Amino acid sequence: MNWESWSEFFAMGGYGVYVWGSYFVTLICIVGEVLLISKRRRTLDKHYGLIHDSNTKEEIKNETTS
Amino acid sequence: MAINWFKYSSPASFYSLAGKMIPIFVFLAVVLTIAGLYVGFFVAPTDFQQGEAYRIIFIHVPAAWMSMFLYVIMAVWAGIGLAFNTRLSSMMATAIAPTGAMFTFLALWTGALWGKPMWGTWWVWDARLTSELILLFLYIGFMSLQAAIDDPRRADKAGAIIALVGVVNIPIIYFSVQWWNTLHQGASVSLNQAPAMATTMLTGMMIMVFASWMYSIVVILKRVRVIILERESHTAWVAELRKKEAAR
Repeated sequence: MNWESWSEFFAMGGYGVYVWGSYFVTLICIVGEVLLISKRRRTLDKHYGLIHDSNTKEEIKNETTS
Repeated sequence: MAINWFKYSSPASFYSLAGKMIPIFVFLAVVLTIAGLYVGFFVAPTDFQQGEAYRIIFIHVPAAWMSMFLYVIMAVWAGIGLAFNTRLSSMMATAIAPTGAMFTFLALWTGALWGKPMWGTWWVWDARLTSELILLFLYIGFMSLQAAIDDPRRADKAGAIIALVGVVNIPIIYFSVQWWNTLHQGASVSLNQAPAMATTMLTGMMIMVFASWMYSIVVILKRVRVIILERESHTAWVAELRKKEAAR
């Protein structure tokens, strides 16, 4: 085992800022990328949901008027 | 068992195949990341020269390798799309670019945070660092060019040209540490030499490389599925899929 305590683990032998700065930004990038892709997918689904709804509404309207 | 591989060059069948593959790669990515970080932080010893600062290697090297691998794969798909006019290949290239750019940024970022305590500087204009920065610009150039062209098929072709021309930068990055006198150290792992580090350090690093591969496959498949839906929205199979999803 390399570490005697949590504080020693976070200190990284005095290089904590550099080591955790690297890992933290990597985590942000990964979470960000995954969120952006899901958002793109949801926007697309919503867009089609709206088109789908307006089409069916239109159809109903057309049926009632004709 | 004969598998008709050409079946999966159609966006419709690849869409569902990718959907089935994603959970497997999510599982592998999570397991490998946990294993890699465990080995990296709790098994691999302190470095006798660099102390604990070297632990940045467990993301720096995988990120740098992925930035180069993904570029080559992107260029190959873009090239196939250009040569054979296959829609799905070009969509794959478009889906790979943002992930490649992300890994390139991370390689530069973690490199800067490693350079500061070890070399005393965040950045130097040495061959390795400069060519990696050019790689980031190539990815950004590819993405902005595609974003600027409205017709997707024309965007594919224009992007393919950048991607293919930019491939020349990959061997430059790789061999830069041999061809020029760089502040960046030479290759830590090569085919004809024993690795220049402790076995547990190397194990942790390689596990993280595989984890990065699995992660890349997950996000690229997820992104290519969205791109397929965006581009094929006018087709009968997407309409069918929407109907099925709405019924659920």
